[in-house]
Amino acid sequence: MNMYVIAMDSWYIIEKLILIGALIGLSFFIAMYTTLAERKIAGWMQDRMGPNRAGPFGIFQPLADGGKLFFKEEITPTSSNRFLFLLGPALAMIVALITSTVIPWGASFTLNNHTVALQVADVDMGILIVFGIVSVGVYGIMIGGWASNNKFSLIAAIRGASQMVSYELPMGLALIAVLFMTGSLNMSAMVEHQMQNGWNVLYQPLGFLIFFVCALAECNRTPFDLPEAENELNFGYHQEYSSMKLGFYLFAEYINMFVSSAVMATLFFGGYDIPFFNEATWDGSPVVLSLLTFAAMMAKVSFFLFVFIWIRWTIPRFRYDQLMNLGWKKLIPLALINMLISAAVMLFLNK
Amino acid sequence: MSIVQILFWVLSAMALFSALMVITSKNPVYSVLWLIITFFAISGHYILLNAQFLAVVNIIVYAGAIMVLFLFVIMLMNARQEGPTGSKRWITLAGTVSGGIFLLVLVAALKDSELKARTAMVMDGQIGLIKVLGNELFTRYVVPFEISSILFLSAMVGAVVIGKKD
Repeated sequence: MNMYVIAMDSWYIIEKLILIGALIGLSFFIAMYTTLAERKIAGWMQDRMGPNRAGPFGIFQPLADGGKLFFKEEITPTSSNRFLFLLGPALAMIVALITSTVIPWGASFTLNNHTVALQVADVDMGILIVFGIVSVGVYGIMIGGWASNNKFSLIAAIRGASQMVSYELPMGLALIAVLFMTGSLNMSAMVEHQMQNGWNVLYQPLGFLIFFVCALAECNRTPFDLPEAENELNFGYHQEYSSMKLGFYLFAEYINMFVSSAVMATLFFGGYDIPFFNEATWDGSPVVLSLLTFAAMMAKVSFFLFVFIWIRWTIPRFRYDQLMNLGWKKLIPLALINMLISAAVMLFLNK
Repeated sequence: MSIVQILFWVLSAMALFSALMVITSKNPVYSVLWLIITFFAISGHYILLNAQFLAVVNIIVYAGAIMVLFLFVIMLMNARQEGPTGSKRWITLAGTVSGGIFLLVLVAALKDSELKARTAMVMDGQIGLIKVLGNELFTRYVVPFEISSILFLSAMVGAVVIGKKD
């Protein structure tokens, strides 16, 4: 970390800027096409066509949706707090985009004696930074819901915030069991560890399950989408929002899904590791290997995104008391037991 | 000026300005938001001191969890535009006097301490890194560490007991 601040040469800055730009572009692109995938898979599961009018198989549908959102009339409620009303969706979007910086997206390669890492910031605190940013992500919802000056929005925002705070705890406890195995918070070190010792999900299946459930809750996805429960709260915390401000809220949710899929892939499914293949034996171009590892990462991420969508169209929404009971009375004890057993086994094996 | 110095001055100005805004904002929600910015500035200082773990945990615990609870309370109480209890003069007076006394005590305590001779190790020192910090906590400082964790546990049990009483 300290070396980063001092020893920055201009090439390094340019490389990182390109990487950041590419990551933001990638996040937006994936989020756009996740919306289409969501509607297509919904159609498939409900035995109908899904959107198919804009372009072949409806592939321009996200562009049409985005264009529509941009050109809709923007309404700011007169009794709302104007600045905070704007800050809400902006914060939601910024926080969703920041998290992707510490995730390693592929193997690094060397070109003309210069090593290029497909990771913006390779810091020791890696996964803790993800948790820190996720915990700040609550404010986007809370501020937006409060600034709308609407009772339904406020209730939804408070629901959302308490849900996210509650589910951060079992998520962190499930993570501790993973940290026992890898012995590092650094995300690229975690991937290296899994390349040599097998994926963490093999040793921590329960931990992964808890983490996945918590990730669903953190992203406000079904069955935990209580903040936008239409039948009780009209439209949820973004009820007063229109035009692209609403678009930012909806879009941030998809980016969150994308990033949490990437985090899960990195923590439990070997990150950019190509299954059943030893990357060290590759004798072709290192750039091609980097691209292949990136493709492996994206394949894992796409799988998780599919599972997110699959769950949405399969499982009905929890009631609020069920949600809290699941979080505090089932997941936290379960995660604690998982942590204790992992610690005991690690101690027994003397690792 | 090196980049560290620039960062130090920017972060210090940010921390002081946002801390001032916390106490001068009329709207309590703004106060909480300024306080969050203060915590971020202080985390930046921790990073300059190479205390990375402290920096991240400060954000997770203070900016992420405790400030959310503050916002909860303020939003649910719907304490909107009313300023502090301005009608009651003596409260303002009592606050000023006790704040002044606190400042006096602080200055008196720090005046003769050896803090002036010590300078912070900027960008140096390994104690803030998680491996070193963990080693220290579980060997040299294990007793205070365990005692404080028992304190937290009892606080948690107490919260559950209070919450169960309906």
